Amino acid sequence: MRLALTEEQEMLKRAARDFLDDKCSKAFVRQVEDSETGFSRELWQDMAELGWMGLIVPEQYGGGGMSFLDLAVLLEEMGRSCLPGPFFSTVVLGALTILDAGSEQQKQEYLPGVVRGEKILTLALDEPGFGGYDAGSIKVEATLDGHNYCITGTKLFVPDAHIADHLLCAVRTKPENVIAALVADAGSPQISHAPLKSIGGDRLYEVVFDRLPVPETRLLGGVSQGSMVVDRIVQRAAVAKCCEMVGNIQRVLEMTVDYAKERKQFDRPIGSFQVIQHYCADMATDVDGARLSTYQAAWMLSQALPCAREVAIAKAWMGEASRRVIDLAHQIHGAIGVSMEHDLHFYTRRAKAAEIAFGDADFYREVVAREMGLW
Amino acid sequence: MDFGFTDEQNRFRHEVRSFLEEEIEKGHWEPACDAWIQGFNPEFTRRVAHRGWIGLTWPEEYGGQGRSHTDRLILTEEMLRFGAPAACHWFADRQVGGAILSFGSEELKREFLPRIARGEAYFGLGMSEPGAGSDLASLQTRAVEDGDYYTINGQKTWTSCAYFAHYFDVYARTDPEAPKHRGISEFIVDARSPGLSRIPMTDITGTEAWSDLFFDNVRVHKKYLIGQKDRGFYQVLHQLDYERSGMERIMGNYPLFEAVVQFSKENQLSLQPAVRSKLAQLEIEFEVGRLLGYRVTSVMEDGKTPNWESAMSKAYSTEFEKRLANVSMEILGPYGQLMSGSRLVPLRGMAPHSYLGSKGYSLQAGTTEILKNILATRGLGLPAA
Repeated sequence: MRLALTEEQEMLKRAARDFLDDKCSKAFVRQVEDSETGFSRELWQDMAELGWMGLIVPEQYGGGGMSFLDLAVLLEEMGRSCLPGPFFSTVVLGALTILDAGSEQQKQEYLPGVVRGEKILTLALDEPGFGGYDAGSIKVEATLDGHNYCITGTKLFVPDAHIADHLLCAVRTKPENVIAALVADAGSPQISHAPLKSIGGDRLYEVVFDRLPVPETRLLGGVSQGSMVVDRIVQRAAVAKCCEMVGNIQRVLEMTVDYAKERKQFDRPIGSFQVIQHYCADMATDVDGARLSTYQAAWMLSQALPCAREVAIAKAWMGEASRRVIDLAHQIHGAIGVSMEHDLHFYTRRAKAAEIAFGDADFYREVVAREMGLW
Repeated sequence: MDFGFTDEQNRFRHEVRSFLEEEIEKGHWEPACDAWIQGFNPEFTRRVAHRGWIGLTWPEEYGGQGRSHTDRLILTEEMLRFGAPAACHWFADRQVGGAILSFGSEELKREFLPRIARGEAYFGLGMSEPGAGSDLASLQTRAVEDGDYYTINGQKTWTSCAYFAHYFDVYARTDPEAPKHRGISEFIVDARSPGLSRIPMTDITGTEAWSDLFFDNVRVHKKYLIGQKDRGFYQVLHQLDYERSGMERIMGNYPLFEAVVQFSKENQLSLQPAVRSKLAQLEIEFEVGRLLGYRVTSVMEDGKTPNWESAMSKAYSTEFEKRLANVSMEILGPYGQLMSGSRLVPLRGMAPHSYLGSKGYSLQAGTTEILKNILATRGLGLPAA
C-alpha cells in the first residue's frame, strides 16, 4: 500500500501539466467553447504526438501500453485545465471499449487510427425517458436482416457526435432481445444529429438512427456479451469522469486558497478569518476523500479486480463532495466568482455535468446497497 | 499508487483475525464499541503482548518487532473491527512509547519500552486541565526543580485509563516566566507516587472511563523528564500528530455499524429505499474515512510525521461516528432509545451508547475546530488567525 504517485506517474503528471498550462489556457478554453465545433484539431494533433490517445493502448496497435491508473493521472490534469474536445469520448468511451470487447480484427481496424489522432470515436448510450445507467434500460432496436443489423431509434446526450468518425451504439437486438454494442460509421444519411445546449459546455447531441445498416461483423464482443460490455463501459466512464473531477476540484481548492490569501477585507486577508479557514479545510477534506476513493477505483480497474462497490463509492462521493467544494469556492470568492470574466464558472459548470454523467449519488447509493446485500 | 497489501501483510491480517475470533469464541470478551479506550482487560493485553503485538514498530532492542507502520495499521484495524478490549495498552503503544522513543533518554527507553511491549506498563495521559483544553499551552500544573527531583502541583482532567495506569505522561509548567509555549516539560509520573490522587468522573454515557488527577507535592526524579526541559509543548504537538493518526476514529464503533447493517437485513428494513440509502451513505462515508486513515499510514511509511493529514482524518472520522450512531438510532426506531441492560434492548444498547459517546469524539485529541485550524494553516498555508 502506498497512496502516492510513483516516480513515473509524477513525471507524466508534470509533463501533462506543463503542456496544458502552455496550450490550454482559460483564454483558449473560452475561445474553443465559443467556436462552432468546440474542438481544436491542432491541439488534438499535438496530443496525439505526445502519445496521449494511445497512452494505454497496447504497443501492437501503436500505443504506449500503460495502465488505466496512468490514464487516471492524465485525465486528472485534463480536468484541471478544463480541456475541451473529444478525448473522453474517443479514448474512454471508444478505444477502451474496443480494447475491452473488440475482436483482434476490430482492434487493428480502429485503434491505430485513434492513436494517431486520425479517428474520433464516441458512444451512443442514453435514450429518451429516465432509465438508469445500466444495460437493462436500453430500448433502441437493432434488427438482424441478413448480415446486417438495422438500427432504428433515438439516442440522447451523445458527446461529440458532430465530429465523430464512428459511434459505438448500445442496442437491443431483434429477434434475440439481448443487449449488444455495435460500431456504426458516422456520416451515413441514416444518422442525423441535433445539438443539445448543456450546462457543462461540452457538445452533446440527440442522434437519430433511421434504419441504419451495420454489418454484424461490427458487433463488439458477441451478441450474448453486450450487457456486460455496457456495464463495464459505464464503470470505466464513471471512474474516468471522477478522475477529471479530481483535477477540477483540486484546482478549485487551489484557486480558492490563493484568493483567500490575497483578498483583503477589514484590512486583513480573508483567509486569516477562521470561518474561511474552516471552509477551506472542509474543501480540502472533500477533495482528498474524492482523490483517494477515485484512485482506489482506478487502481482496481487497472488491476482487473472486481470493483463495482469501489466505483460506486467513488462516483457517489464525488457527486456530492464536488458540489460542496464548488459551493464553498463560490462563497469564498464572493461576487467575482459568479461573473463570466472569472474562471470559476468553467469548473462549476463542468462539475455539475460530471455529477449527472454515468449516474449520480442516488444511483450509486443503490449500487452500494446492493453490494452490501441490503436488497 | 498501490491500494493493495502484500501476501505477507494479508497473512498477518488473517493471523490477527484468527486470534481475535478465537478470543471471542472462547468467551474471553464480547465485541464492544469504544473498547480501545474503555475496554480494560489486563489478561487480553498480556495475550496480545505475548504475540509481540505491542510496540510492533519499535526497534527490537527495546522489545519491539521493528515492523512497518502498515503492519500496525492492519493490527489496529482488526482490533477495532472486533471491538477488542485493548485500552490497557493502547495509549502506551500508540503514543507514549513513541514519545519516549523520539525524545526520551536511553535510560528511559530501556526502562519503559520493553515493559510496555510485554504488557506490563500501562500509561494514561495527563494533558488537559480544567482551564486548559484547546489552549493546552495555557496549562497551570507546575513542576518546580528541587535538587534531583521536580515537585509537581496541580490538576489534570479527562485522564483516560487512570484507574489501570501504572504511569502517567504528564505535561507541567517548568518556566512560568517564559512565553507559555516555551515553559512546559514532559514527565513520566508513577501512578503510586505519594500525593497523587485520582477521582473518577462519569461521562455522558454513564461510564467511568475518565478521571481527574490531583498532584499535591508529587516528587518525580529528574531522570523521568522526557526530552528537553521546557520543550514539552513541541513534544506534545508531535505526540498529538500520532494520537490522531490511527483508525480508532473511524472504526471505534465498527461493531455497531456491522450490527445495524445485519439487523436491517434480518428484519427486512433495508428493503425500504430510505433505510438502505442511509446505510449505503454510511458505507460510502466509512470508506472515505478508511482511505483518509490509510493515507496517514502511507505518509508515515514514507518516513514523515503525519500532521495535517491526521488532523483531516480525525476531524472527518469523528463526524462520521456521530452520523453512524444517529442513523442507527433512526433505524431502530423507538427501540433505539433502550440502553444496555434494558428489557427488549436491540444490539446490546450500542446505538444510544455511541450516540452519547460520539459527542466527545470531536473534542478528544484536538477539537474539530483546532484540527481545521491545523489543516488550514499547516496544510493549506493560510495565514494564522
